Amino acid sequence: MLCVVAAGAYGILRAAAEWRAPVQRGSVLDLSVWRLPVYAGLSTLRMALAYIVSLAFSITYARIAAASRTAERFMLPLLDILQSIPILSFMPGVVIGLAALFPGRNTGLELAAVILIFTSQAWNLAFSFHQSLITIPRELTEAATVYRLGFWRKFTRLELPFGAISLIANSMMSWAGGWFFLMASEQFTLPNTNLRIPGLGSYLADAADQGNRHALVLGLLTLVAVIVLLDQMLWRPLVAWSDRFKIEQSAASDAPRSFMLEILQGSALVEMIQARALRPAVRWMDRTFSPDPTPSDAIEPAMLATRSRAASRRFAIVAGLVALALVLWGVVAILGAIAGLSASEWGVIALSAGATLLRTTIALALAAAWTVPVGVWIGTNPRWAQRVQPLVQITASVPATALFPVLLLGLLRLPGGLNLAAVALMLLGTQWYVLFNVIAGAMAIPSDLKEAGTIYQVVGWRRWKTLILPAIFPYLVTGMITATGGAWNASIVSEYVTFAGQKVTTVGLGALIAGAVDRGDFRMLLAGTLMMSTIVITGNRLVWRRLYALAESRYRLE
Amino acid sequence: MTAATTPSAAAPGAILLGADGVCKYYGDDRAPVLERVSIELRDGEFIALLGPSGSGKSTLLRILAGLMPPSEGTVLVHGEALHGPNARVAIVFQSFALFPWLTVLQNVELGLLSVALTAVERTKRALKAIDMIGLGGFEEAFPKELSGGMRQRVGFARALVVQPEVLFMDEPFSALDVLTGENLRNELHDLWTDRAVPTKAILMVTHNIDEAVSLADRILVFGANPGHIRIELKGLPAAERRNKSPARAQLVDMIYQIMTNPNEDAGALVEQHAAKAQVVGRRVSRGERPRRYQTLPDVSIDDLTGFVQYVSGIGGKASLHDLTRDLQLRTDDLLAIIEATDLLGLADMQQRQVILTPLGQRFAEVDLDEEKSIFRSTVIEHIALVRHILRELEDNPAHAIDADSIIDDLEHSFSGEEARRQFETVVDWGRYAELFTYDDSAGELRLDEEHWAGHAPEPK
Repeated sequence: MLCVVAAGAYGILRAAAEWRAPVQRGSVLDLSVWRLPVYAGLSTLRMALAYIVSLAFSITYARIAAASRTAERFMLPLLDILQSIPILSFMPGVVIGLAALFPGRNTGLELAAVILIFTSQAWNLAFSFHQSLITIPRELTEAATVYRLGFWRKFTRLELPFGAISLIANSMMSWAGGWFFLMASEQFTLPNTNLRIPGLGSYLADAADQGNRHALVLGLLTLVAVIVLLDQMLWRPLVAWSDRFKIEQSAASDAPRSFMLEILQGSALVEMIQARALRPAVRWMDRTFSPDPTPSDAIEPAMLATRSRAASRRFAIVAGLVALALVLWGVVAILGAIAGLSASEWGVIALSAGATLLRTTIALALAAAWTVPVGVWIGTNPRWAQRVQPLVQITASVPATALFPVLLLGLLRLPGGLNLAAVALMLLGTQWYVLFNVIAGAMAIPSDLKEAGTIYQVVGWRRWKTLILPAIFPYLVTGMITATGGAWNASIVSEYVTFAGQKVTTVGLGALIAGAVDRGDFRMLLAGTLMMSTIVITGNRLVWRRLYALAESRYRLE
Repeated sequence: MTAATTPSAAAPGAILLGADGVCKYYGDDRAPVLERVSIELRDGEFIALLGPSGSGKSTLLRILAGLMPPSEGTVLVHGEALHGPNARVAIVFQSFALFPWLTVLQNVELGLLSVALTAVERTKRALKAIDMIGLGGFEEAFPKELSGGMRQRVGFARALVVQPEVLFMDEPFSALDVLTGENLRNELHDLWTDRAVPTKAILMVTHNIDEAVSLADRILVFGANPGHIRIELKGLPAAERRNKSPARAQLVDMIYQIMTNPNEDAGALVEQHAAKAQVVGRRVSRGERPRRYQTLPDVSIDDLTGFVQYVSGIGGKASLHDLTRDLQLRTDDLLAIIEATDLLGLADMQQRQVILTPLGQRFAEVDLDEEKSIFRSTVIEHIALVRHILRELEDNPAHAIDADSIIDDLEHSFSGEEARRQFETVVDWGRYAELFTYDDSAGELRLDEEHWAGHAPEPK
């Protein structure tokens, strides 16, 4: 335990030095094996920082949205939009901007990485916590009010515990998604340089650049090791621990377990930390945030309630006005910038958008084509599912962006190489969402339905048409929605790459955006980013939202 | 137990809590859930609020607890208007409302967290309450390890440990099985009559007539749509409450009479009744609003036909007492079914007896086609809303109308949630009668042409 603490302290000091380090022009990473733990540590630290920010943000955001119906009315749609825009399309802009803010230092690039990961992690956390908050059984909330728990105690004794399970489940998803963006931002090179921030992502990119297969394999292995380690040492114990927050009528027999949690719970040091540090801390926070009431409080809440209501209304109005002003200012600025684009430039944008749309569609179709049969097979064969599932999970945990350098190494020399590599990357990044959902859907088909199908001899294609496809449809749609977002994100990093010091591009919206960054063409960057967001959001509204509604109303098995 | 030890002694104490002309509207609803309700709770009293579901009794309890503000009217605590949560009240909830991640002890301590006590003192008081309520030995257990009865004991301990001036109970025994509920009820009764707790008054919401009669000093019978107090009855003297005295049987009978006739004047029913129970002080009447449609009880076709066939099978009549015992239904569910058969002219209520009409007898005996045909004509004859929908469908050239227009119309007479329930019931009945079809995804009602011919509701 002490070693862990010491190592942690060293790591943080080391990272702090790295952050403030001056940008080294033209340098590439040291690819020796002994540097790998350092890179892994730096990458993990970025993830952890971004995750902490995401968690704090989403809990606050969800709490505000749940507390006020007025706020909820615009906060939720905003979250929905933020969730569906392809974040990576903003990466080039964000990186350039932040790099300019801290000239000559790594700080800007590091901040950009953290911000990108944050934007990939925060939204689903906020959604899940908000969902938890509004589904707290009414009588529990009333009990909290009747027994006057106050804001802080209600938050810590009721709301956080109630949301804990889904918050942790979504944290695991967020964390997995975060690796994708971390790799992308670590591989990103500033225009006209080949500078990258040190980390596993840049290690892989440099290794591929130099054609160093040995280093490439080692880097990937390290990445997988880090991901598996975190899963076992952090997430599994958390999941097992959070089982106590389950709302259930009777004691469950198959609660999740974790060997790490059992070790921790048996450890004397952990026990000591709990008794000496954690419990006093909780007590201190209780006292600070909700002071013990005096007898006069019995009469006062009435006045307090009216006063705080008036104050919060005033605050809401001011906040709303400020937000409105900011939005208006933004819209005017953007319109002003785009207005100058010529017709031919719009033509290029439309052509690029069409090309990328085609690529994402192909990637999604391919993903569905292989995952549906395989997923149904795994899901309906429980014995195989047990054996295959862990393998699939480990494979899926490798972020597609980490594999991209490998893909480039292999595919770039083929004719139409980057086209191929782009579709492959999209496929790699998205197929797992679809596969996992299909497996879950197939496993959820009630056995009496399957038996009824067998007895009435619904077999072959008819079995697929009347039983399997309708039953997995809601799950398939859910998986495809997530996959679409992933595919568009992938287009940014896959259509325009710097490989071994050379630029390779193809026609596409991603290439257009990345190219605009290189040329410093702000208007094109803005128009491309807007175009991509518009396409994704429109697609969501017109296609996926409707399919989802259909799935919910007609094909949901209850 | 003698009358002298009972808190419901002759002279009522000071008014602890009162509601004056309380109304409650939800959102933009045009019809209220609760209409002009006044009530007062005095020192030493045990009051039961009795009524069918949708009569707003739980809403009134929450308004009195300060969990929601009234839309109109005021709540008075010791004569002063209440704003925000009522600090003198503790609640025992129907679903127990225990925090699953806290132990029994922690759950009980929860009520004391906001009281200025040292941690040691807090635990001491909680342990005392746990012992008093018969939970000793379960202090470290989590709620999910306990049976329903034990969980509700935790609910009671948590409420009593704060020594509330007034104890509220929202259907505290209805989630428990009969024996457990009975047992817990008796224990509560003893705690209350022995004055083992400093609580000065109890207000209980229930749908169970027996429960109300065996516990309460005063019984307020609620009516639905909108929720209002139909009548206020004096409870039995303590000695006659719990044994099988004739007075008790008569009071139970009379309340049944009142509750199975929701559309009649409760005062007149009391006068007709042999029991001649005391109507307390004022008789609460409401300003009758003209109503376009009857209130359809929330009853499914299966329950309705099953009930008629059951009664037919045991000779065409059955006493309420037997039905409650044999069918194992909640009182308000049973009352709803009886009301539906009454509305449709399939059965009558006389002297605590359900008696099938000749039409009801026939309905029970014929085959499915004939049964449907009887149902079709009786539903057209008796249900104004069905006639209204059929007229609208006829008037429309496509013989189809938007469901929203009907719901919108219903919202003039019912609160939003209730309007939707009314609509669902009428769709269920209309579909079964094959008078119209309903496409839920399109939200469209359509005339069922095949069975419609020759069923014109009334000449226009």
